Amino acid sequence: MSEQSKNFWAGVRAEVPLIIGGFPFGMIYGALALNAGLSNFAAQMMSSMVFAGSAQFITTQLVREAAPGFVIVLTIAVVNLRHMLYSASLAPYLASISTRWKILLSYLLTDEAYAPSVVHFEKEGATPSGHWFLLGAGLALWTDWQISTALGIFLGAAIPESWSLDFALPLTFIAMVVPVLKNRPAIAAALSAGVVALFANSIPYQLGLILAALVGIAVGTLLEDKTNTKPKNDLPNYANLRDSLND
Amino acid sequence: MNIWLVMLIGGLLTFGMRFSLIYLFGRFEVPETMRKALHYVPPAVLSAIIFPELFFRNGVLSLSFDNTRLLAGLVAVLTAWFSKNTLITIIAGMLALFLLQIFVGM
Repeated sequence: MSEQSKNFWAGVRAEVPLIIGGFPFGMIYGALALNAGLSNFAAQMMSSMVFAGSAQFITTQLVREAAPGFVIVLTIAVVNLRHMLYSASLAPYLASISTRWKILLSYLLTDEAYAPSVVHFEKEGATPSGHWFLLGAGLALWTDWQISTALGIFLGAAIPESWSLDFALPLTFIAMVVPVLKNRPAIAAALSAGVVALFANSIPYQLGLILAALVGIAVGTLLEDKTNTKPKNDLPNYANLRDSLND
Repeated sequence: MNIWLVMLIGGLLTFGMRFSLIYLFGRFEVPETMRKALHYVPPAVLSAIIFPELFFRNGVLSLSFDNTRLLAGLVAVLTAWFSKNTLITIIAGMLALFLLQIFVGM
């Protein structure tokens, strides 16, 4: 098997628990969207046009409340601000791929695709076919989201809540974050972000999450400066990458 | 505003933010501090997602033993720490949740 398909299927495999955990959310979204008065077609299309779970939930809520269009658009933007962090975080590993690839992978860059991919990149560093991992993870989740939305539209939210399938999502994130906690700055970043997220939970539109993430990142960076702990894999030096591209 | 226009603009904005720094990277000098800070995005963001999922039940902070998700989450953290294995961690966490739900329900 080529490196590319190996990475692609590794991405798909890493995404499996997130597919299971995400499925009930897709169905609930589909059911809620109809309930808010969207047509079947519009409800389904939002899952590919916006393709962002929490933003889609809030949009259906605002449509139901008959909020003005610009308010909904602004809300979507604010809710999805965290994706800029993901974009920054993955950028060094995607520096050498073509713009077309960058467009495709950016479209697929959800929370659920980001988490396994960044763990993969941090472990493997920037490799020539590493972006296939993100493609596999992203496409797997995309397919899952389209199918679960359709089932939610036609069947309603049919998975019983008592099955707690949604709990697979935080569990998978736990399985991914714990091995990343290799030194004190990383542990401090995780704990401070988590605690701030609890206090900031009442701030709407996922802004609490962004605040918490920024505090965690700042704590980790400051501690690293103090203790001078070198992270295991340094990010690829972009200047060298640029030079090698220009050669 | 028409719902289709809302979805189109909302979708473009979402894509734009996902694309922004992937596109810009390499087109300007990245400061050393920022380069360092990027390493802490995964632990910080993931923890900021995980903590409220475990600690809040129905919108209220819950630190009691009735909070089965918090206990099952702790089981998962310990399992992940020792096993370093995603699948085992998820199975342990789900199993812990099911057992705790039966236990607490009694």
